[in-house]
Amino acid sequence: MTLKFVFRRLVFLVLVIWAASTIVFFIPRLSSRNALRERFGELARTGGFSPGDMEKIIASMQQQFGLDQPLLTQYWQYLHNIVRLDFGYSLYRYPSTVSDLIAQSLPWTIGLLLVSTILSFVIGNLLGGIAAWPRAPKWMRSIATPFILLTGVPPVIMAILLIFFVGFKLKWLPLGGAYSVGQVPNLSWTFALDMLRHQILPALALIFGSVGGWVLSMRGMGITIQGEDYVNFAEHKGLTGGRIFRDYYMRNALLPQVTGFALALGTVVTSAIIVEGLFGLPGIGTMLNLAIRSNDFPTIYGIVLFITITVAVLMTIVEFLYPLLDPRIRNS
Amino acid sequence: MNIMQSAAEPRPQIRPLGTMATDPILHVRNLEVTYYTDSGRAKALDNVSFTLNAGEKLGMVGESGSGKSTLALAMMRMIKPPGRIEGGQVIVGDVDLMALDQEGMRNARLSRIAYIPQGAMNSLNPVMRIGAQMADAVRSHLPNEPKPAIEARCKRALQSVDLDASVFRMYAHELSGGMKQRVCIAIGILLDPDVIIADEPTSALDVVTQRQVMETIDNVQKAINAAVILIGHDMGLMAQFVDRVAVMYAGRLVEMSTVREMFTDPKHPYSRALIESLPSLDNKGVFQGIPGLAPSLLRLPSGCAFHPRCASVMPVCSTTRPEAQILPGGRSVTCHLYDGEV
Repeated sequence: MTLKFVFRRLVFLVLVIWAASTIVFFIPRLSSRNALRERFGELARTGGFSPGDMEKIIASMQQQFGLDQPLLTQYWQYLHNIVRLDFGYSLYRYPSTVSDLIAQSLPWTIGLLLVSTILSFVIGNLLGGIAAWPRAPKWMRSIATPFILLTGVPPVIMAILLIFFVGFKLKWLPLGGAYSVGQVPNLSWTFALDMLRHQILPALALIFGSVGGWVLSMRGMGITIQGEDYVNFAEHKGLTGGRIFRDYYMRNALLPQVTGFALALGTVVTSAIIVEGLFGLPGIGTMLNLAIRSNDFPTIYGIVLFITITVAVLMTIVEFLYPLLDPRIRNS
Repeated sequence: MNIMQSAAEPRPQIRPLGTMATDPILHVRNLEVTYYTDSGRAKALDNVSFTLNAGEKLGMVGESGSGKSTLALAMMRMIKPPGRIEGGQVIVGDVDLMALDQEGMRNARLSRIAYIPQGAMNSLNPVMRIGAQMADAVRSHLPNEPKPAIEARCKRALQSVDLDASVFRMYAHELSGGMKQRVCIAIGILLDPDVIIADEPTSALDVVTQRQVMETIDNVQKAINAAVILIGHDMGLMAQFVDRVAVMYAGRLVEMSTVREMFTDPKHPYSRALIESLPSLDNKGVFQGIPGLAPSLLRLPSGCAFHPRCASVMPVCSTTRPEAQILPGGRSVTCHLYDGEV
């Protein structure tokens, strides 16, 4: 891994973030909707101030947010701000800043999405590896089969089925929400346990939906690797089955899967919107959904950019990890 | 338990001169392997028997599909389904490998009988250092050996195949083809096995490297006085290297004799045709092959499997299967031509 390689990757990372932020800037502006007008219209209906005042308030707000400037000036200002990771105020939830909103919702998403993505990667690859390993007992090899069948079920349906059967019929786990009604978030064990119980069903929905994909791709890789000469020679060397499985078979079969993992990180957001919505969790997905519905573009910018940067950085990390996993890449 | 102990005992590196090449270290008796395919049963090894003395080198030749590699795999008990070892014995020293349990056989591999693979190009794990791949082989046979001792043993093995000890820290992609093959040989001799099977160890190498690799095998074999079975197509390379030659045809051992006898006076018509097919300086430009194709193991000809291609075919050949017979001088041949001479 040369310095030049690291430098090139970092330049590429910056380019990706710039491209994403530009696209994200212009798309909500194509809409003719005005978040401020909608917000204050709503307030006017409930709160009651005169329409004349409202126009003044909106005009002054427009000026405050810089929305009366030409679009290119706004774009330039926007680029300035995001370099400092300053996404400004939310239009819809003024005076909350976008950073505040992200900070509130992020822990929920990281806790659920990242953990379940990693879990399904580990479970799926282990089961797929075993399913293709001819010396594993038959019952072990067949554990993977139901997961393969489940890949056909869309995550929405899976979530609804889980809510209906496990939550509603059996009443084993709560139907939704981040924690029980009446609980106040605090740092006690009771609250942590209550929160965990609320995370199990969404996590299961996500894991059941994605394990099968890992099983299938890993089983395919495993079948290729077990025919390799080095796996055969390992047996000729008199190694124990476990060692051959771990060091010779799994380690080589996993290499392409790591790339797949980096790609899977990119789809995490999509799953977040669906699953968080269905289970009523206050995560990034729910926040983004709300922001899009109210055309609150500072919040959209903030969340989408934050996600883009996170995924791009994670992928770069995976890319830097790859040479450590495969020595053949180190020299080239 | 017994095997674990004997594997752990250091064997003497070189036997006293007087005892050399007298006591057979390897007996293969009536070894049979069948592949159960969808289109029928294929007998890949048919009643193969031979013995080998310590320090002796045997060359195993024959066309593709004649059972050479199957023999090697059967001796390692590495025949995979749909193949099955139907019977026979492989006795190394005083242990019948076929009678061992799974764990016993795992322990016997490399410590009693070692295999040097055919495709040495891909026989090393690309993501592990060479040293780690050697050390895990030692550790799985000698679990109590301390780490420095294992490392010293591996480096000694590398040096004995003329590789620098620094190879221990390298990866397979940093080595040339010849070096990779040497590493495989070094792994083969890590535990001073009694028998080494080298399955076409030079097939992917250029001629200069071929010679170096063969000399390496020769040297390490002498150092640990192991019996060597060399499988290959290259009769020229065999002639320079081995003591005896065995010829296989359609899963049977058809002739076995010393190199000199084989090249000057081959007895079996198939061996004769093999020797005659070697290019010679006298009749340049004339390419002599063996007429016909090797038979399918699923539909073997009746009687002697070679009779449809044989130049000296007799009426009896198509009806009766010949049995192996020992000719005067100790060589063995499986052919009706010599029925009267025993």
